[in-house]
Amino acid sequence: MIHTPHVDWFAISTILALLGASFVALLSAVLVPRSARRPVAAAIAAAGFVGGLVTSVWLYVASADGSLAVSGAFYRDRWTALAQIVLCGVGLATTLVGAEHMTRRTGDHIAEFFSLLLASVAGMAFFVGSANLMVMFLALEWFSIALYVMCAVEYDLEGSLEAGLKYLIVGSFGSAALLFGSALVYGATGRIGFAQIAEVVGAQGLAHDALLVLGLAMIIAGLAFKSSSAPFHMWTPDVYEGAPTTVTAFMSAATKVAAFALAFRVLRTAFPQELYLWSWAFAGIAVASLAVGNLAALVQRNVKRMLAYSSISHAGFLLIGLSAGSALGGRALMYYLIVYAAMAFGSFAVVAARERELGEAVTLDNLAGFGWERPFLGLAMWLFLFGFAGLPVGGGFVAKFYVLSAAYRHGWTWLVVVGVIATLVSLYYYLAVVRAMFMRPSAELRVAPVAGGAPARESLLHVAVGLALAVSVGSLFAVGPLIDLAKHAASALPL
Amino acid sequence: MTVSSFTSLLIWLPLGGALVIWVLPLSRYATGALAVLVALAEVGVWIEQAARFDFSKSGLQYSQDTPWIKDLHVSYHVGEYPFSLWLVGLTVVAMAACIGYGFWVGRDRPRAYFGLMLFLTGATVGVFVAQDLLLFYAFFEAMLIPLYILVGVWGGPGRLGATVKFLIYTMAGSLMMLAAIVVYGLKVGTFDLVDGPPSASRWIFLGFMFAFVIKAPLFPFHGWLPDTYREGPPEVTAVLSGVVAKAGTYGMLRIAIAKFPDPTSYYRTLFLTLAAAALVYGSLLAFRSPDFRGVVAYSSLAQSGLIALGLFSGTSLGFDGAVLQMVAHGLISTALFLIAGTVERRATTDQFGLLGGMARGRPALATLLMTLGVISLAVPGSASFAGEFLILAGSFQRAWWWAAIGAAGVVLAAMYMLRLISAVLHEARGPTVHDEALDLRPGELALLVPLVGILLALSVWPAGISHHSFAGDAPAQQVEAQFK
Repeated sequence: MIHTPHVDWFAISTILALLGASFVALLSAVLVPRSARRPVAAAIAAAGFVGGLVTSVWLYVASADGSLAVSGAFYRDRWTALAQIVLCGVGLATTLVGAEHMTRRTGDHIAEFFSLLLASVAGMAFFVGSANLMVMFLALEWFSIALYVMCAVEYDLEGSLEAGLKYLIVGSFGSAALLFGSALVYGATGRIGFAQIAEVVGAQGLAHDALLVLGLAMIIAGLAFKSSSAPFHMWTPDVYEGAPTTVTAFMSAATKVAAFALAFRVLRTAFPQELYLWSWAFAGIAVASLAVGNLAALVQRNVKRMLAYSSISHAGFLLIGLSAGSALGGRALMYYLIVYAAMAFGSFAVVAARERELGEAVTLDNLAGFGWERPFLGLAMWLFLFGFAGLPVGGGFVAKFYVLSAAYRHGWTWLVVVGVIATLVSLYYYLAVVRAMFMRPSAELRVAPVAGGAPARESLLHVAVGLALAVSVGSLFAVGPLIDLAKHAASALPL
Repeated sequence: MTVSSFTSLLIWLPLGGALVIWVLPLSRYATGALAVLVALAEVGVWIEQAARFDFSKSGLQYSQDTPWIKDLHVSYHVGEYPFSLWLVGLTVVAMAACIGYGFWVGRDRPRAYFGLMLFLTGATVGVFVAQDLLLFYAFFEAMLIPLYILVGVWGGPGRLGATVKFLIYTMAGSLMMLAAIVVYGLKVGTFDLVDGPPSASRWIFLGFMFAFVIKAPLFPFHGWLPDTYREGPPEVTAVLSGVVAKAGTYGMLRIAIAKFPDPTSYYRTLFLTLAAAALVYGSLLAFRSPDFRGVVAYSSLAQSGLIALGLFSGTSLGFDGAVLQMVAHGLISTALFLIAGTVERRATTDQFGLLGGMARGRPALATLLMTLGVISLAVPGSASFAGEFLILAGSFQRAWWWAAIGAAGVVLAAMYMLRLISAVLHEARGPTVHDEALDLRPGELALLVPLVGILLALSVWPAGISHHSFAGDAPAQQVEAQFK
């Protein structure tokens, strides 16, 4: 008889809620008549995400002492729970935007889209809690495959299929690197559990073992692929540009949260002895990301592409927090992720609205006058971009301050200076968007909505942007509570 | 409401007003009226606060301290010293005049415009009262946001280039300051300006000074100034040169000089030189400038130099004079740019070549511009004479040649102001000046007369500020004791 492990169902309740909703959404693709499919599937997805939010909040409250669940494969702690809360929030916002925007031309596969969305968030929720290399890889593939399909789901859209394929090929490369690295680490230590790896390394003095270090390097490369950090970022601009904007918004926010939350855990838990190695490695990747992201963004005319490069530069800032490897760094990372997720999602959602209005890709030119035509979305975009740039209109300012503080505490004043210079460069392209939206009249560019007349109502998109705005601005005033949340979450990790 | 929350009220009243204006779909007229009302209420709060201020007591008054980011010891700490009180007063008065001007000329997109003007008021007051470095930085940056939009949307034809230059310049300075703040705060373990110990680090000092010399500005960091002052709407330029630029000199006094005594004396000659260069170079450029706004813009550069000269002289007289001159020049510059606006509205241009002879048939305009010009060129008995005299006396105590350069600057000021007055008011009537262009209207007088009135009052009693800016009237000791 096969011995089955004890399963703490509560520990994986968020994942189960999302997966359950995913199955129901998939069923609705077959059972619900076509006319009602969109609202029904969206409602199922929204219910799934609200369920996920409730369980993950509950998990956060009930998991003050972190523990391992399901025979040591999954962490039930506040770090997992907080990341899951953010992921479910992003998922909910994506549902709101997706209900109005996804596959609007053909109306096909809307239920499948929501099913995939739920499945990918479930995968990410699993990923951030994974406690061994096997689970980590499985979860990574799980949410990645869902994402590949989501990128390509609007196959009538120019670039969507291409984006999906490109992401599949390059993403597989990243997954392969991660898998290979895991195999090497297992080969060196004979363990797959994160905590056990650290124990064996400590007990046998393997910190300088070539196999282990090579494995660690491959794992870092794999994670850098997923978090779109330079020099592993090549897929990002093309995929972000080609994918349906709703999916881009989701990817830019959620994938980063998952990748960084997991990266911090796996490095702190499994490789504390190699801190000096990976903190230097990540500092290097951070500098590369800041340089590549900012410089490439300067010359972009396409707003989605520009925001893609901006997301690479923000990966650089997140990596600064990660590379500090301290409790302060963990707090900074989590706070930054919350604020960044809101700003990134919100800014892509605004682009989605403009794209729908124009029926073509949004560029700096055809954004002219948008701020005055759609005051709420314009104001929101303005605040997101200034927040990205670290101006004190939202939590982006405090987030930057936090990661720079973490770098300074780590003894890296030079990294503070690099971050400051990167921020200065980034101002130019963020301001270009604000300038286009508010300071250039649309009349001179003869931009007109495709359908003519008033723009679409898009009340759900407005709600989603409003939520993102509330988080990104509110986080400036609620720094204390949010940092406390992040602090408690980070205390679950061995720091 | 307790007395100590007056300071917070001064910050949050206009910010709340801005929010209300953005949210409520009021009519054009109601929006402007509400903004003016909020600005006047702000002046009222300040007067009440000034009346209750105890000028003999040292230390912070009306202070409020609440934790903001606990684990890094950042707090929402606000409060006022006597000199900050005067700068806050300058801010609320100048902003009220400028918001009134915007109402009078009827700016387009009124909800966005007036909301941003009120936002700017709150942020600027915040800069002058923040007693925590990160809070100071937040307000310092927050000032930029409305200014950027105000110049970029309501400015002249070259506004896009001007805004980019303005923002990149000032942000370069601010971000260096952010790096300095992070390093200072984490090194000493607190970001509080009152509790924080003095530091001997030259790098941190230079990080702060980099931001302040760009903001003030001093030579050679004034590259953003001419374009921005020329392209902005007149009332925004007025705020920018009259009030916002004072954040730079205020920062030098409150943070750079007070918190970094050793680096200050190490770099004293450098900054005195920059200040003297700004004074002389700015005055010469003002004298050569072919337009009304150009003269006032470059004269602001010169005046910033003069104020910095007083501050970095490190003497009691210099500090007293610098504070008085900050307020006096703030009011003069605000009023002059508003008058430039009224001239532009009448003649469609501010180029001297096209102006001239405006005094004929326009007695109110002529009287106000003459009065302002006379005060501004530091005729003995005027407010800026008192300020400049104190600064010169203070820098004389440092070394006679600084005073000599300063005196040369004062002579140059007379030259460019008289040139401005004659080019606009006298000489032959310019091609763009028509008889149909009326004298100042009651609405414009209502904005300008109070500003000139305050300047005249200060001319009569400059000691009102110069003897009430530092507790116990002992500026140098107060600075040395970091205002504790």
